[in-house]
Amino acid sequence: MSTVPTAAVPKRSESNASWRLSDRIGLGLAWLLGLLFCAIAAAIVVYFLVEGIRYLRPNLLVTNPAPGLSEGQTGGFLDPLLGTVIVGVMAMAIAVPVGVGIAVWLSEFGRPTGLARLAESAVEMLAGEPSVVLALFGTILFTVRELGFLSQTSHGIVLGQSFFAAAAMLSLVGLPMVVASTREGLQAIPSHVREASYAVGKTKIATTRRVLLPAARPSMITGTMLGLGRVIGDTAIVLLLLGGTLTFGSANSTPLLGMLRGTGDTLTGYIYYNAPTGDGNQPSKAYAAAFVLMLMVLALNLGVDFVVRRSQRAVRWS
Amino acid sequence: MDEDIFLEPDRELGFLERDRGLSQDQRAELGLGALVFVVVALLVAMLAFVLHEAWPSFAHNGIGWFGGGGSVDQQIQAIFTSGDLKTAPVYTFHAWPLIWSTILITIGAVAIAFVASLFIAVFMVEFAPPWLRRILEPVVRLLASVPSVIYGLAGVLVLVPFIGNHLITQGEKASVTPTIQLSGSSLLAAVLILTVMIAPIMIAVFADGLRAVPRGWLEGSLALGINRWRTFWKVGVRTARPVFVAGTVLATARALGEAVMVSMVSGGVGFAPNPVDGLIFFFEPSRPLAATIIANTEELNSPPMKHTLYAIAAVLLFSSAMLSVIGWAAKQPMRRYGVVP
Repeated sequence: MSTVPTAAVPKRSESNASWRLSDRIGLGLAWLLGLLFCAIAAAIVVYFLVEGIRYLRPNLLVTNPAPGLSEGQTGGFLDPLLGTVIVGVMAMAIAVPVGVGIAVWLSEFGRPTGLARLAESAVEMLAGEPSVVLALFGTILFTVRELGFLSQTSHGIVLGQSFFAAAAMLSLVGLPMVVASTREGLQAIPSHVREASYAVGKTKIATTRRVLLPAARPSMITGTMLGLGRVIGDTAIVLLLLGGTLTFGSANSTPLLGMLRGTGDTLTGYIYYNAPTGDGNQPSKAYAAAFVLMLMVLALNLGVDFVVRRSQRAVRWS
Repeated sequence: MDEDIFLEPDRELGFLERDRGLSQDQRAELGLGALVFVVVALLVAMLAFVLHEAWPSFAHNGIGWFGGGGSVDQQIQAIFTSGDLKTAPVYTFHAWPLIWSTILITIGAVAIAFVASLFIAVFMVEFAPPWLRRILEPVVRLLASVPSVIYGLAGVLVLVPFIGNHLITQGEKASVTPTIQLSGSSLLAAVLILTVMIAPIMIAVFADGLRAVPRGWLEGSLALGINRWRTFWKVGVRTARPVFVAGTVLATARALGEAVMVSMVSGGVGFAPNPVDGLIFFFEPSRPLAATIIANTEELNSPPMKHTLYAIAAVLLFSSAMLSVIGWAAKQPMRRYGVVP
């Protein structure tokens, strides 16, 4: 948006009747597809809004899923909702520190160059990697005996499905967003800011912590929110590594740890289960859950907008 | 853009640091470097591990793994049963129907989405009235971040029944009944829903690239009396070309790896849609590679099945890695112009 013309493009008063036919067709196509996109977008949003409001009842949010055949028996989606929140928080608790660390190293240190190139391409590859592959990798990784403490064990076999396992793999889904965004923020800070800090005798790490990271905070928050959006929208990892069991299946009676070591579900898993192709087949419940999930994504988007807008008013270097 | 510039102060001030013998910085650099190293090592280990687990399946089938022959679903059944009953492991697997389905769905969706996104991005950046632009930008971002399972839900509840009830005639259904069922879960549904899913991603990337085109270049062209469309098409779009490649690569990777949503709308049959069938081709069900993994996750405890699924994962991993190489290569020329982020 920074490239808004200073001298506005002169207002066209002439009609485009003098244009070549191909130009007119092109412009017409752009308008047509643009308006078609608006229509499709509006249709999707309105459809889910209407269906969501039609089926969402307050008690769906406070009751747990239950097995059953009719709408009345199957309960609500309290546990999947909590699961989405828990998984999101846990995954970002791993992804943010690691991602910011990688971004700082790439932007401020970056030597040896070979490792930097490798890390860059690894993160880029991770961004394009199918989450189902990550999930499949996780199923083997977390059934290793040494990692058995992260999930449940029965008869000497590690099940490998737990909040820990899912969050660890989901953090890899969110990581590239955090790295890319934070790095962009750090690189947008001009070098004279760093030089000014060095000139008053600050060390490099002190400069990073006291000057650069605070200045790049909006980018960090943006990256975190974008990453969180990907994390709560992922289904494959939830199905494979969280179990997709609708309710929490605690590993033992230890209050929090037992639950996190047990299986669970998130809203995406719940929607998948309740779609006509899933085992539950309760479309009304799926609509309600989809509506709640859409609201969460919308809130994240508005959050990003807010942060970006506020940061535009903030410090201007140079 | 110019990453090197930030290394300058360090290089210049290096003598100062040495004089004062600052270990704090070195410790921090080592610590962060170690973190990066661990993450990279983890990813490389993952790559090696997936390939290692996939090896038995590839080794038994050779190049035939990628070929056709027999029914994929029966082969998967045989592989699973052999491991489950602990008999001699069966590995025979000819994945062509799955690969063919992946190719058709991905290319179909990316091709439609590319053309549409190109025009929509041009419209959004240059030709839309300002009020519409202000609405479009956040909407594109919202649609790009809607979870895929929601698109899948819309597909399976709206599009699939529509195709099944209105577009496919009873005669067409009867004509293929012994082999497959035309229920509406089809190639067409998968391509359309996937298009709607990846188009916002493409539009967002394309629009960023188009906005970064220097205003002066466009104004120069306008000043020569060239009309607005031609100017933007010949100068703007051409300048941002590398961004189109980058955005397309990103969207292709998403389309390729989309498992859950496609498994909901494409119909879960290991069938290779046949273009010779005419119009029915678009209504034929299939199942791409990623959806196959999702469909068979409960059979991972059977070792031959595990190796087969990992082989599928390895193919996906390799394809997405190749895509990011293409994306990287496409970004190189634009570094030279310094036009585009």
